[in-house]
Formats: sequence, C-alpha cells, structure tokens
Amino acid sequence: MKSMKPYIAVLRLRLLNGMQYRAAAFAGVATQFFWGFIYVMIFQAFYAQSQTNQPISLEELVTYLWLQQSFLAFIMLWFRDNELFDLITSGNIAYEWCRPIGIYEFWYSKLLAQRLSSALLRCFPILFIACLLPQAYRMTLPPTIQTFLLFCIALILGLLVLVAISMFIYISVFITLSPMGSLLVFGVIGEFFAGMVVPIPLMPSWLQKIVYIMPFHLTADFPFRVYSGHIPNGDAIQGIVIQLLWLIVLVALGKVAFNQVMKKVIVQGG
Amino acid sequence: MIKVEGINKTFKVPKRSTGMVEGIKALFRREHTIVHALNDIHFSIEPGEIVGYIGPNGAGKSTTIKVMSGILVPDSGTCSIMGYTPWKDRVEYVKNIGVVFGQRSQLWWDVPVLDSFELLKDIYNIREKEYKETLELLTDTLELQDILHSPVRQLSLGQRMRCEIAASLLHSPPILFLDEPTIGLDAVSKIAVRKFIKTINKEKQVTVILTTHDMFDIEALADRVILIGKGSLLYDGNLQDLRRRFGSHKTITVDYKPSNTPLQIPGTTILSKTEIRSILSVDTTQVTISEVIMKLSNTLELVDVSISAQPIEDILIQLYKEFEI
Repeated sequence: MKSMKPYIAVLRLRLLNGMQYRAAAFAGVATQFFWGFIYVMIFQAFYAQSQTNQPISLEELVTYLWLQQSFLAFIMLWFRDNELFDLITSGNIAYEWCRPIGIYEFWYSKLLAQRLSSALLRCFPILFIACLLPQAYRMTLPPTIQTFLLFCIALILGLLVLVAISMFIYISVFITLSPMGSLLVFGVIGEFFAGMVVPIPLMPSWLQKIVYIMPFHLTADFPFRVYSGHIPNGDAIQGIVIQLLWLIVLVALGKVAFNQVMKKVIVQGG
Repeated sequence: MIKVEGINKTFKVPKRSTGMVEGIKALFRREHTIVHALNDIHFSIEPGEIVGYIGPNGAGKSTTIKVMSGILVPDSGTCSIMGYTPWKDRVEYVKNIGVVFGQRSQLWWDVPVLDSFELLKDIYNIREKEYKETLELLTDTLELQDILHSPVRQLSLGQRMRCEIAASLLHSPPILFLDEPTIGLDAVSKIAVRKFIKTINKEKQVTVILTTHDMFDIEALADRVILIGKGSLLYDGNLQDLRRRFGSHKTITVDYKPSNTPLQIPGTTILSKTEIRSILSVDTTQVTISEVIMKLSNTLELVDVSISAQPIEDILIQLYKEFEI
C-alpha cells in the first residue's frame, strides 16, 4: 500500500482553500433556497391535482428536494474544477507528471476536496432553515437514528461514486480538449438518470428499470430516499453494498482509461 | 549519468485549414501531417555538468526535455538517466529530478507560496528536518523571505520564477531540467537566477540541463552547449570551440580624422563607413588583427579603435543560416 500522505495533503489544502470562498457560498445558499422553493411548489401543485396515490409521499418528496439543494455539490456532475481543465488544455499537466504520485488518485483527491468544501459551507444553513420552515415546506428529520447513520454512509459513498464518474469527464477532455462539450454530455445524461430532473420514484416503471441499472441514481436519489425512510433500512444496506461495488468498478475502469489517454497525450504548447 | 541514444519522435498533427468549406470537409476526413520533432538525438551528460540546450523556436528543445522527464514517450531510441528509463519507471524516476517549465506554473495560484511548498513536501515525502534545511537554503539564496507568504497571483514574474525554481529543488534532486527559466524576466532577475543556478551546481553538484533563447544565460552558465535544429543534433561541445569554429570574425570599429581614402584590406569586409568612422568585420583565419590595425594606421589618422568579438547571438544566427534551420 502506497503512502496516502500526498493525497491527504492535497485534500486538506484544497479543503482549506475552498472554505475561503464565503461570498460564493452565501450566494449559493440563496440560489439553492430559491430553487428549493420553486421545486417544492411545483410538486405541491402536481400532488394537489393528482387523483391517484403517488409512489412517494409529498412529505418525503419535500425532504428529498431540500436534501438535493443542500448537497448540490455532492450530486451535480456539472460542478467542475476549471483548474483541472486548464491543466489539460494548457499543458500545465506536464508538472503533474513529474511528481512521484499516481495522477488519478491525486486528481480524485482534488475533486473530492472541492465538492466537500463547497458542500460543507452550504449544507448546514440550508438544512437548518429548511427544518424551521412552515409545515408545508418543512424538511422532516429521519425516522430513526439507524436510518440517519445509513444515510450518512450512503451519502459519502454516493459522493465517492460521483467523483469516480466525474473523473471520466476529465479523462474525456484529454481526447476532445473541449471541457464544455464533455460537461454537457455528462451533465445532462448523468443528472437525468440520477433523478435530479424528475425524482426517480415518479418516473414510469420501464424507465426506472433502466435507471437502476446505471450508477447515477446511487449518487443522489438513493441516499436521499434512505434519509426519508422511503427506502427501508434493510434495502438501504443492500444499496450500500451495490454502491461499494460500483465504486470499485468505476475507479478500476477510470484508472485504466486514464492510463490509456496518458500514453497518447501530447502536452500542449511550448 | 544521462545517456540518450537514437531518440526519434514524430507527431501527427491534423491539418487545419481555414474557410467554411474546408472546415466542413474536416468534419469527415482529417488530413494529417507528420512532424519529425526529434531525429536520432544522442548525447550523454556527466554528473555535475551544466549543459545549455539551444536551438531556434520549434527545434525540439522542449520535446527533448519532455522525453527526459518522462512526459513524452519517444517512438524509438533509448534514454537512461541514473539507471531509469524515464517513461517506464515514472514514479520512481521523478523523485530524482527537478523540472522548471518557464512558461508554466507548478505553484497554486490562490494560496501562499509556502502552502504550495508544504504540499510538495508531502508529495515527495521529504522529512521535516531536511525540508527545513533545504527551504532555508533556498530562501536565502533566492531571496524569498518577503514573498513566501504571498499568494502566487500577487507575485511578479521574476518573483514567481524564483519560487518555481525553489519549488523544483525542495526534494534536493541530483538533476535539474530548466526549460527557459529566464523567459520574460528583467535583467536583475535574470542575473539572480543565473547566480543561483551556478551556486547549486557548484555547492550541491546538481547536474543542470537548461534550454534558453538568451545567449547570455549560456555564456554565463554553460561550459557545454548542445545545438539542435529541426529535430536534429547539430553541435555538441564547449562554447569556446563553437566560437573558434564559427565565430572567427571580430569586429573593429575605428574613428579617425575626416578622410575619404578607400579602405581595402584583404580578409576584411566593411560593414559601414562614413567620413569619420568605419566598422570592419575581420576574418581572423585570413588576417590577424594587428595586421589590420597596422594597415589602418598607415592610411588613416586614427582617433579611437575598439575591437569586439562577435557576439554569440550573431554566431547563432550564422549557424542557423548555415544549417538552414
């Protein structure tokens, strides 16, 4: 086992660095509240009009939506690290090469730190206020302590899976040299299948089958439904195992792909 | 220490054509041109040497540095540095080298320089004690005291470059690659950088390979120069030999009392001539300087004479012309 020191060091530095952007975080909190209210109101209208029984209760859905907003940095694929894109397109990646470290692991740590720092600054104010809102908009607490613990594990694993997926965006930029293109493709597809546009329980069942084959729902939909108790604890444990398996597969594939593009890459310019 | 043999590298570059029609064509079929970046490059470098690696833009200097630092894999040829093949044993190998790419930055833009250094300390797994000693030495010789705590974005180019050089030496590598370390620096910073390179070479026996377009860098630092052009090795030897072989011309500037006597001395060419001043280029293989001066004083009433060696820049221009690069 190689020393973890460099990776932890970059994680720490990034984390501290990212926590400095308080103004951005404040703006982020405001934006997320705005979107949170809009989504909640849309679904309230939708539930009020509907005659049939919905597969997820409105209360669970409201909680689901607030969690989405608070942990946006954990679940959004378009949440990007421009520095890494710059490294690739400008050729500064040359320096990363001259370090006695695994670059995949190094970048993984950077991306993880960026999402962590951003979420840490944003989630607490949103969660806190969302719990104090009037009844109809209020976020509920998880039913049991066990559920909450399972949610924490699922959320963290979901984050790790998401970072592993997002590594493929950066890998693809080596080939396309166009960050925007890669981001759009991954962003749109990934977020739809993660239930960011329409919550997965509300999707038609044939689509749900497709969604569950893919790893995207493990990053956002799964942990949020564990929280509200919509997924019972037993199923949650099963889901966590699946998260772990996906994580292993994605990291392994990512490393193979990364080494492939690295071999081919021509460092840009100069 | 460094042995490079028969390195070849070609790049496949897609042809970019301008215009709408051509652009649409390119969507379906790309034409490629093959660029021979390196052609059978070979040299070997002993420990403790400072080698200047020179050549015009696009000659393949940076490509060679990239091959030697394990970033690019050559198409053929071998390269053995301290027993490692750079592109094969990357992780083990790079612990032994420091690299500065003058046109790039390895420091984190938003954080104080010292934070970047601390990160490098963890990346290279440098022990606390050694790190402190090296940092102290680097801080003293590169005069970094005042800038260590500033974020990189607030530094001037010269300050940044000194930090970049320090960053690449924190792990005390025995080999240092400098790719245009003085690019864009003012005279004071250039001299500081040169002095520093000289110092670490003398005191720590660091082997230095530097590419540059500034011939004063070469004159001040390198005992040995390797010249490449269009990807091929053209010259490998010391600077004096290069001068002797290609710089046999001296320039004589003479001031004299007004006179219109035509000057015709064999072995010289007149670069410019007025009533009171002439500049002559002397080919020292044909005629000695003293002969020329004697002849001049016979025909003219001399006021002042100055003799200068052909600047290395001119030698290079001449060389580039000669090799058609």
